[in-house]
Amino acid sequence: MSDSIEMMSEEEQVGSRVNGPARPETLLNIERVRVPDDGRPIDRPVKLASKHLSLWYGPKQALSDVSLEIRNYEITALIGPSGCGKSTFLRAFNRMNDLIPNVRITGQVLLDGEDVYGRRVDVVELRRRVGMVFQKPNPFPKSVFENVAYAPRLSGVKNMGRLTEIVEKALERAALFEEVKDVLHKSALALSGGQQQRLCIARALAAEPEVLLMDEPCSALDPISTLRIEELMRELAKSICIVIVTHNMQQAARVSDRTGFFLLGELIEFGSTDDIFTRPADSRTEDYITGRFG
Amino acid sequence: MNAPARTLPHGRGPQVAAGSIAILTGICAFLIVAIVVILMGIIIWNGGPHVTWEFLTKAPETGMTEGGIFPAIYGTVLLVIVMAIAVVPVGAMTAVYMHEYARGRMVDIIRTAVHNLAGVPSIVFGLFGLGFFIQFVGRGVDRAFFGGQLIWGQPCLLWAAMTLALLTLPVVVVSTEEALRAVPDSYREGSLALGSTKWQTTWKVVIPQALPGILTGGILSVSRGAGEVAPILFTGAAYFLPELPRTLNSQFMELGYHIFVMSTQSVNVDETMPIQYATTLVLLVLTFALNFAAILLRSRTRSKIEQS
Repeated sequence: MSDSIEMMSEEEQVGSRVNGPARPETLLNIERVRVPDDGRPIDRPVKLASKHLSLWYGPKQALSDVSLEIRNYEITALIGPSGCGKSTFLRAFNRMNDLIPNVRITGQVLLDGEDVYGRRVDVVELRRRVGMVFQKPNPFPKSVFENVAYAPRLSGVKNMGRLTEIVEKALERAALFEEVKDVLHKSALALSGGQQQRLCIARALAAEPEVLLMDEPCSALDPISTLRIEELMRELAKSICIVIVTHNMQQAARVSDRTGFFLLGELIEFGSTDDIFTRPADSRTEDYITGRFG
Repeated sequence: MNAPARTLPHGRGPQVAAGSIAILTGICAFLIVAIVVILMGIIIWNGGPHVTWEFLTKAPETGMTEGGIFPAIYGTVLLVIVMAIAVVPVGAMTAVYMHEYARGRMVDIIRTAVHNLAGVPSIVFGLFGLGFFIQFVGRGVDRAFFGGQLIWGQPCLLWAAMTLALLTLPVVVVSTEEALRAVPDSYREGSLALGSTKWQTTWKVVIPQALPGILTGGILSVSRGAGEVAPILFTGAAYFLPELPRTLNSQFMELGYHIFVMSTQSVNVDETMPIQYATTLVLLVLTFALNFAAILLRSRTRSKIEQS
């Protein structure tokens, strides 16, 4: 995490000077499971960025002037109380907000430097590059195989051998293959909640996305399934960029490299997870992390 | 003890009122049950003995006082099949447009149109069918392609089926819409997030899920259509035909119309009485069976949705 200190803006450093004279070592008593040197590429360029992004649902402003950079091969966590705009922000990256009527957006969202709201951007293509996993596991009422084969079929893969190859690889990447290899052609709805969520991850991975957006992926799961998903995320971060919205601060602290704290549609603080959870620059961040509100 | 203490209302007034309301409402409810029982009883009692294999498989004979009703059963089945082929796709697509694509005022306009369609008296559909399908479309086709020869510009199976399709369109639209509403949005989101287009999502995820509901609508429309007489009165039903209809532009016999004919147009109404009852019984059994199938299908789908 040598570059994470550079990420802290001058403002935040000033903030931490003002706010924190005598601060405990860690605010949350959490053992960091993440190993800093875990075989991920050291060069981690900016993959996603938002610049002065504001968003309105009708007259109601949901995001105001959010700017941040998300790096490849990293896990970025977005935390904050309910209704703070973190999910809305996440959905700006694959333009899922487009589905809601009366949404207005200003500012920019960049994928590899290209504005995803640009006039010539094909939303379908964008969503193949930026995959998404939802809060509640939502496998289609089809077989396990057909779920994972959904995206490859959309992009025109018809050869059964090739499809099988893609499906198996995606299931393996999602650490699910061993568990489901005998029930590939049975209904996905028969799987457990944790398996269903990993199936949804496999389904997203089958499209070979560059970014995986995860909207509270573990909130409907038990602790063991949650842990498996977290392990999986760290494994996936070796090859792709992951952004996770979570209500669970322990999860953010355990799994992420950088954390952004949202409150009432504003990005209050963004920095390395270590800093956010041990030396937050803003008192509101500290209040939230220590459980004083939200 | 001077101030009168407040007591619960005494006397039996309120209790009697409450009791009589219960009795009154009970009578109304019981009346409906009784009517159904009497109706079915009379029909089964008078018609049951006449429903024999011969009755179901033979054509009417000697001025409809003897023989069977096979041509009418055959015509009815053929009519509703052609009708279903027309109404299910159109109704389902209308509902898909309403639920998946249209937004705001457009939905309201279509929904109002569909509801109004459902409220139009069936005889009006019959006249519309005569005016539009036969006189306008049929005659037009004949003039354009057959040199004015009378081929499509006359009452026939196709136009009767189209007229019935119009009448039953709301049934299909409403049940398809209900089925689409029951498909969780998370499926749509999941599919769109995987980079599928709106149409791919609708076709590959939403419609397969809604299919049982669409089929339910189809069955309900068939059972509704099978019992209607007014729409086919001018558009294709025949009093008596020596032959079964072979082509879409043939006329046909139909159960409901057969009953109407026997009870109003026949030479000797009294003599056809038993056959009328028996025919009515066959028609009722047919529509009840269809309704029952629809209810079964729908409840099975509903429990499926609740499970997932």
